[in-house]
Amino acid sequence: MSTPAGPRRVTLFVTCIVDQLYPDIGKATVHILERLGVAIHVPRGLTCCGQMAFNAGFRDESYAVAGRTIELLRGQGDVVLPSGSCAAMIRHLYAELFAHSPYAGPAAELAARTYELTEYLVDVLGVTDLGAHYRGRITYHDACHGLRFLGVGRQARALLARVGEAEMRPLPNGGTCCGFGGLFAIKQYAISEAMLERKMHDVQAAGADLVVTGDASCMTQIAGGLSRRGSSIRARHIAEVLANMVDARPA
Amino acid sequence: MSTHTLHFFDRVDTALHDATLRTALDRATTRFVGNRAGAIGALSDADRLRDQARALRAQALSRLDELLERLAARVEARGGHVCWASDGEEAKRYIADLARSRGVRSIVKSKSMASEEIHLNEALERAGVEVVETDLGEYIIQIAGETPSHIIAPAIHKTREQVGALFEKHLGMPPTTEVPPMIRAARQALRQRFLRADMGISGVNFGVADEGAVVIVENEGNARLTTSVPRIHVAIMGIERIVERLEDLAVMLQVLARSATGQKLSVYTSIISGPARPGEADGPEEFHLVLLDNGRSQILGGQYAEALMCIRCGACLNACPVYQSIGGHAYGGVYSGPIGAVLTPLLQPDLPDHHLLPHASSLCGACQEVCPVRIAIPDLLLRLRADAVKAGKFHPIEKTAIQGYATMMNNPAIYRAGGTFARLGARLLRRKGRIRRLPPPLHLWTRGRDFPALPAQTFSEWWEERERQRQSG
Repeated sequence: MSTPAGPRRVTLFVTCIVDQLYPDIGKATVHILERLGVAIHVPRGLTCCGQMAFNAGFRDESYAVAGRTIELLRGQGDVVLPSGSCAAMIRHLYAELFAHSPYAGPAAELAARTYELTEYLVDVLGVTDLGAHYRGRITYHDACHGLRFLGVGRQARALLARVGEAEMRPLPNGGTCCGFGGLFAIKQYAISEAMLERKMHDVQAAGADLVVTGDASCMTQIAGGLSRRGSSIRARHIAEVLANMVDARPA
Repeated sequence: MSTHTLHFFDRVDTALHDATLRTALDRATTRFVGNRAGAIGALSDADRLRDQARALRAQALSRLDELLERLAARVEARGGHVCWASDGEEAKRYIADLARSRGVRSIVKSKSMASEEIHLNEALERAGVEVVETDLGEYIIQIAGETPSHIIAPAIHKTREQVGALFEKHLGMPPTTEVPPMIRAARQALRQRFLRADMGISGVNFGVADEGAVVIVENEGNARLTTSVPRIHVAIMGIERIVERLEDLAVMLQVLARSATGQKLSVYTSIISGPARPGEADGPEEFHLVLLDNGRSQILGGQYAEALMCIRCGACLNACPVYQSIGGHAYGGVYSGPIGAVLTPLLQPDLPDHHLLPHASSLCGACQEVCPVRIAIPDLLLRLRADAVKAGKFHPIEKTAIQGYATMMNNPAIYRAGGTFARLGARLLRRKGRIRRLPPPLHLWTRGRDFPALPAQTFSEWWEERERQRQSG
């Protein structure tokens, strides 16, 4: 863990989905870290971790994208991502992708200084109270890759527990996949929809007005399901809640 | 209805539209998942035990030939016979020849996934022998003319209401939805078969090399009858299902029952070593052990070797949200669920759409989380996907999409231009802050889900603008 004395500096890798679809999640991450005195660097031209091609089985294409990402993150200190899935790609799957390749060493070196956002906040910076407020009922969905490949979940709960005025509601089967799964959501759309249907049922049962999760991809699935069903429940990324960018609706 | 002739996507579709299947799966998997969590949670050292179980499996596989030789030698020393079957045909021929030469007319079987794998029943029936499954679940699906849809609960896809109707029709019992009378009726029907059978065929949970013994765990007592009442006992064992010592078996049994059904131990654990010895009142006159390779030795030593650690507990099926949604038959192979999506392409490469099975996973990792020997199933699925791509098995649109994706991600200028273009397009499609319909192939997303309206500015644009302002300010 590289945590030199003096002002902290991290490299922020917002991921392609946040960059293109949810800039607010990136902005929220910037606000949270800067308020904690962390200087942020965003490498120019950083795009994607390569997971989409990797999960589809197209390893050559993934190798090219991920190899470029390794180059751009070389010597850039701690890397923070507001995504358990993309962080897990770097920490867990790069070893497989780059095994027996010239990038094996750099990939391992990068993995050792890569963090998912809530993990970085709680485990590295040691903070849980970010002064956020939300007047309403929150339930938390454990995004699979963060939960199972990084062991993240405890940190998000600790952070959300300190959100002022918010009431936390347990999500039944909170660790069950929402059915996103990348291209799975398209290629196996019917199964994906069936899994989403169960998640919608559990979200409804939680009795919250806000579903919070740590991955923009799962959020897209859950929000897309809620919106299609005309639900008033919203889905947001944890960074948006912690940065006070989600307001309770007037009753 | 048999759905095996349909394409994978059609089988999935059939399953997803089957409300009764949904009820059956919900009931059973919820119970299994809860029971397993309770039983594993009750252990103070579950993690250590699972690590130990994994290490034992790895050790056994690393010395598989040696352990199998020892097992075979000790079985023979106790008066048993051993058949080394390199594939299903050899195994079937051995058993059919044995039945013929010993004048066998009636066979009882206890649960064996290996026998399902080689379609043993059909072969024996073709040879003119009557075969009756005696595990209740297997008995149900045999009557129904179906195949197992779960490794340990073959009739998991059936509700008790359906079983009641089946028993009413086939066993002439009065209509009921109560389970106990159904069990009584099945027991009564099966008891006659046990007494009449000339041969009993069982599976094997573990072979114990040092003891020259096979171990069978079960809850109904049918396996004990199958292996002791008829004059011939044939045990079919996948060659990977071996441990060296009884001490190792103790570890495996602790994780097996807990993972499978949530029991501390199955009701019956039979350790069988050979035929009845002179003077023994019980036990068969002959004991035959069929060691089934059927593709396993090809997997050994390769990038999928870890799959051979599987002890067939079924925990990954119960935990899998895909399995919970579609059940076992949709997978098309003998083994279903996450481990089936790994094993089927490896063990049943003739199945036409086997390469699609590894894609029937959201890679959520619930399987690996519950696996008693911690098989990295998602990693294996990802390797199978990569192998399928290498073999040219992918949809042309997918290849175009992935290549387009890689080109964009590798060229920031194209990435930005592509993003701008997408945002322009999305603006035309947005209604009330969301997109309800996207063009093909993304219409498969908006079939059941809305898509967010795209923002006016990307994060990178915002960041660069902010940096410029900071520098100039």
